[in-house]
Amino acid sequence: MLKKYRAKFPLLLLTFLFISTPLLAADGVAIDTGVTAWMLVSTALVLLMIPGLAMFYGGLVRTKNVLGTMMHSFAAMGIMTVLWVAIGYCMSFGPNVLGGWFGWNPDYLFLSGIDNSILDAGVPEYVFSMFQGKFAIITPALIAGAFAERVKFKSYCLFIALWGLLVYNPLCHWVWAEDGFLFNMGANGAIDFAGGTVVHISAGVSGLIAALYLGARRGYPVTNMPPSNLVMTMIGGGLLWVGWFGFNAGSSVASGLSTAQALTATQVAAASGAIAWMIIEAWHQGKATALGIMSGILAGLVAITPAAGVVQPFGAFCLGILASIFCYLAIIAKNKLGYDDSLDAFGIHGMGGIVGALLLTFFIRDSWMNEAAELAGGSWTVWQQLGVQVSAVLIAVVYAAVLTLILLYVVNKLVGFRSDPKEEMQGLDSAYHSEHGYGMLNPN
Amino acid sequence: MKLVIAIIRETQLDEVREALIEAEIRRITVMRVSGHGKAEDVEIYRGKKVVPGLIPRFRLEIAVNDEFVDVTVDTIIKTVKSRYKDKNPGKTTGDGKIFITPLEECIRISTEERGSAAI
Repeated sequence: MLKKYRAKFPLLLLTFLFISTPLLAADGVAIDTGVTAWMLVSTALVLLMIPGLAMFYGGLVRTKNVLGTMMHSFAAMGIMTVLWVAIGYCMSFGPNVLGGWFGWNPDYLFLSGIDNSILDAGVPEYVFSMFQGKFAIITPALIAGAFAERVKFKSYCLFIALWGLLVYNPLCHWVWAEDGFLFNMGANGAIDFAGGTVVHISAGVSGLIAALYLGARRGYPVTNMPPSNLVMTMIGGGLLWVGWFGFNAGSSVASGLSTAQALTATQVAAASGAIAWMIIEAWHQGKATALGIMSGILAGLVAITPAAGVVQPFGAFCLGILASIFCYLAIIAKNKLGYDDSLDAFGIHGMGGIVGALLLTFFIRDSWMNEAAELAGGSWTVWQQLGVQVSAVLIAVVYAAVLTLILLYVVNKLVGFRSDPKEEMQGLDSAYHSEHGYGMLNPN
Repeated sequence: MKLVIAIIRETQLDEVREALIEAEIRRITVMRVSGHGKAEDVEIYRGKKVVPGLIPRFRLEIAVNDEFVDVTVDTIIKTVKSRYKDKNPGKTTGDGKIFITPLEECIRISTEERGSAAI
């Protein structure tokens, strides 16, 4: 039974998540120190991605907006952590309520009921809840890339709080909770190993909707808006790559074969994405750029996120290349259509997530398909699984888009979302934080 | 020919640049500088208010023919004046300064034109 879930989606080793914690404690499940150690490392690695993201995004905006943009990521660390502990874990991993819209288990409010809880995987539930909480932080922080350089800080904080509660938590529940309907869709469930749908598609689509709703930055696309510091962007991208091992290999909630499979796939996809983008760019623009290789790395990493548990290295290699091709096309389309997704939150995360979630179907390892066939009571084809994946992606896209639009409207009515033109010209750093990002030219 | 030198707040560069372009003044050189006049900009670091010794500013240099001096100066003043005064009534320092000096010669390197035609 456990083996089946391990193959399907290892987070769901946590079969006893919904049994009250005293029972678990009474069962005397022993801590597996090896798995726990790896999960602690993974949790820290995923957290490392957020300062990485701050640097990645911060380097891409203009000098006057670098702190404001980095604040978006760091503020998410604070706001989303508190919300996750207070209510997010409860909504994401509690049993279905309201027809399965989200979960609810009062024991999880402020994590009060898991003090002695050891999950079936041999991991203290605190570790699992903190690991999952990091995903809840980075997802809204990713959205910020779509409307960088033009939103009020307080409105952003309100928006991500509401978005986390009403978009992230339900999606997380649907895809990763044992009774989530996407988790149970098809013979062996919709595949989303580490968050292609929950994290990247939801963030990318929400970002796109926000970018369209808020309108382009003042002067876009005529005014040149050069990155303030591509070196910082490259360091940030590097940290993201490193952190992604926690993101993907940590999602195995194990320290064994499945971890090794996910880790290998992650590395291969990032590398092939990087190479593909360099080649495409050199062919199309004449030069391979630093931002280009970082984009390729991220595209590969995003695309392998849903797939890391089910594909072999060749599949990861193909997904990395395909991700770079589609993401590159998405950015060309953005430039032609003229909307202002400032830092390509949709172009990379949305599109990469969709590519990974759908095209992984063609690279699933045989053992997974055989198991699905067994569960289906006969045969299970790639096309059937593709149908499941398409349904899951469409549901995530529509849900994220509609709820985001509503939240944008609400926040806009309450406090105004878009910066005033003068604040935008002045720069977010000065307007909202009274600080300067770069003091190197100041003699004192 | 005159050289108009303006010291303005860092945050007002884009505003001034756009206003100058609108006023048909399209040639400008910008430098990051630090200094102090009468202004004491208070900054807050970990809750402690400090007055930095040298304050970062932008220095604009605009070479213009005589008939454009007034429009250049007026545009800069109109754009940067009193932003802080809106928020801090009574505050009259920190908007910057404008210096105008005679410009002896101007040479466009590419064509070797000299004088008013080169500006």
